[in-house]
Amino acid sequence: MIHQYQNNGYYIVLDVNSGSVHVVDKPAYEIIEILEKENPHHTEQTLRNPDTLYRLKKCLQERYPEEEIKEILGAVAELTKAGQLFTKDIYEEYIGEVKKRKTVVKALCLHIAHDCNLACRYCFAEEGEYHGRKALMSYEVGKKALDFLVENSGNRRNLEVDFFGGEPLMNWEVVKQLVAYGRELEKSHDKHFRFTLTTNGVLLNEEVQEFLNREMDNVVLSLDGRKEVNDKMRPFRNGKGSYDLIVPKFQRLADSRNQEKYYIRGTFTRENLDFSKDVLHFSKLGFEQISIEPVVGEDTDPYAIQKEDLPQIFAEYDRLARIMVEREKAGKGFTFFHFMLDLEGGPCVAKRLSGCGSGTEYLAVTPWGDLYPCHQFVGNEEFLMGNVEDGITRPEIAEEFRGCSVYSKEKCRSCFARFYCSGGCMANSYKFHHTIQDTYEVSCEMERKRVECAIMIKAALADYEERKMEKHEEK
Amino acid sequence: MDTRKVGGEKMKHIKTLNTQTLNHTVKKGGCGECQTSCQSACKTSCTVGNQTCEHKK
Repeated sequence: MIHQYQNNGYYIVLDVNSGSVHVVDKPAYEIIEILEKENPHHTEQTLRNPDTLYRLKKCLQERYPEEEIKEILGAVAELTKAGQLFTKDIYEEYIGEVKKRKTVVKALCLHIAHDCNLACRYCFAEEGEYHGRKALMSYEVGKKALDFLVENSGNRRNLEVDFFGGEPLMNWEVVKQLVAYGRELEKSHDKHFRFTLTTNGVLLNEEVQEFLNREMDNVVLSLDGRKEVNDKMRPFRNGKGSYDLIVPKFQRLADSRNQEKYYIRGTFTRENLDFSKDVLHFSKLGFEQISIEPVVGEDTDPYAIQKEDLPQIFAEYDRLARIMVEREKAGKGFTFFHFMLDLEGGPCVAKRLSGCGSGTEYLAVTPWGDLYPCHQFVGNEEFLMGNVEDGITRPEIAEEFRGCSVYSKEKCRSCFARFYCSGGCMANSYKFHHTIQDTYEVSCEMERKRVECAIMIKAALADYEERKMEKHEEK
Repeated sequence: MDTRKVGGEKMKHIKTLNTQTLNHTVKKGGCGECQTSCQSACKTSCTVGNQTCEHKK
């Protein structure tokens, strides 16, 4: 399967099954398009067959010289031989083997506080309360959760625990105690905990900052961007905006972490479809690790992204990608989480096929110790899997999640981005289709666009480096 | 980033940005030591493709 597109003046060809990315000129772009259309299963042999050249010439109607067509066809055959074009999807059988392997629990999302000191309008946790009551996790429940994780982690050494909410800093003492308990478990069980914390920053102070910098592998700092955008969606319960209080605290924290191992994380909604301005605003504030993702709301929510918003959102991603290329060239680059792509050393196929791990490797724990497939399912009794005391009492739920892959979802089979999103978010699928075996099309469209932009950035920077080298050689 | 030169000659028409292919990871992949995607910075989408392999850190 081949996906090709033009972006920012680049002709890009992605060989989906190998992950190979080719930047081509216009004649090669057209020729590959014709070849894919006439036979998506081309091999080196069929490409070198004289009939193929004959048909190509006919299709191109003398727009390019024969020598040029021959040269391109030769290069295409060469890449096909090298397994970088027209590669087959050989992973379906492999995923069966991967899924048969015994999975261990390796990550917990600890809902340390079902309470919040902000009242964000789009909160999927309904102001931190998750369709239920306000509650703080006790140290005892938290300890049992960490014990459950260690007991169910098999030989897996690196374990992850995210302190999540609501607002985790509203239960700060328990966070500290649990980190200390985790460090004890590391020694007694030869494990390594990676703690992370997601916060709105309201209660952030020097003591918290010092602890976070010492103990947390990553912190996620919630803020939406420009003051007017943030304050409209992220007010205090009394309606007052949160921007002025939070921004200086986050700036200090990010600097104290040397601008590493954190994300300033925003949500964009229908009310700020010009979200590239919010990304750039973060950069202007000095943040270098930036994530802004689309809100997931009910169709009836006025702020929810609608299908008709997609062209504007695509234009924003394009704009952002172009700006990021220029910023990188000027030595003033920043990271945008959704454009992160490592073409040489990204995740293995097993990881790409298995999805996010929710319901199997990754579970969410409520303040009273109930287990759910992930934070987004918390509060939906249908997905209550067990608790930290008794473990998984409904293994059939885990089985259902284990059965999800890009091959179990019909829409993913024909999607070029399937090895980048791994079948998408199951919570989103459930929200819109009441099954975890579907996809949420608006989200898929955005993901495809982000993958295209991320690849274009790689192409543009490779081009820039090459030109620099050429200039250097000329001198 | 290196661009590939097909047949040892600099290719005029096609530049390949990556030499590693996904199928190379079939044999040695799947150790499971890597980070869970939602623990990074998403929480409402799925972003497996931008995660890092634990062995390449």
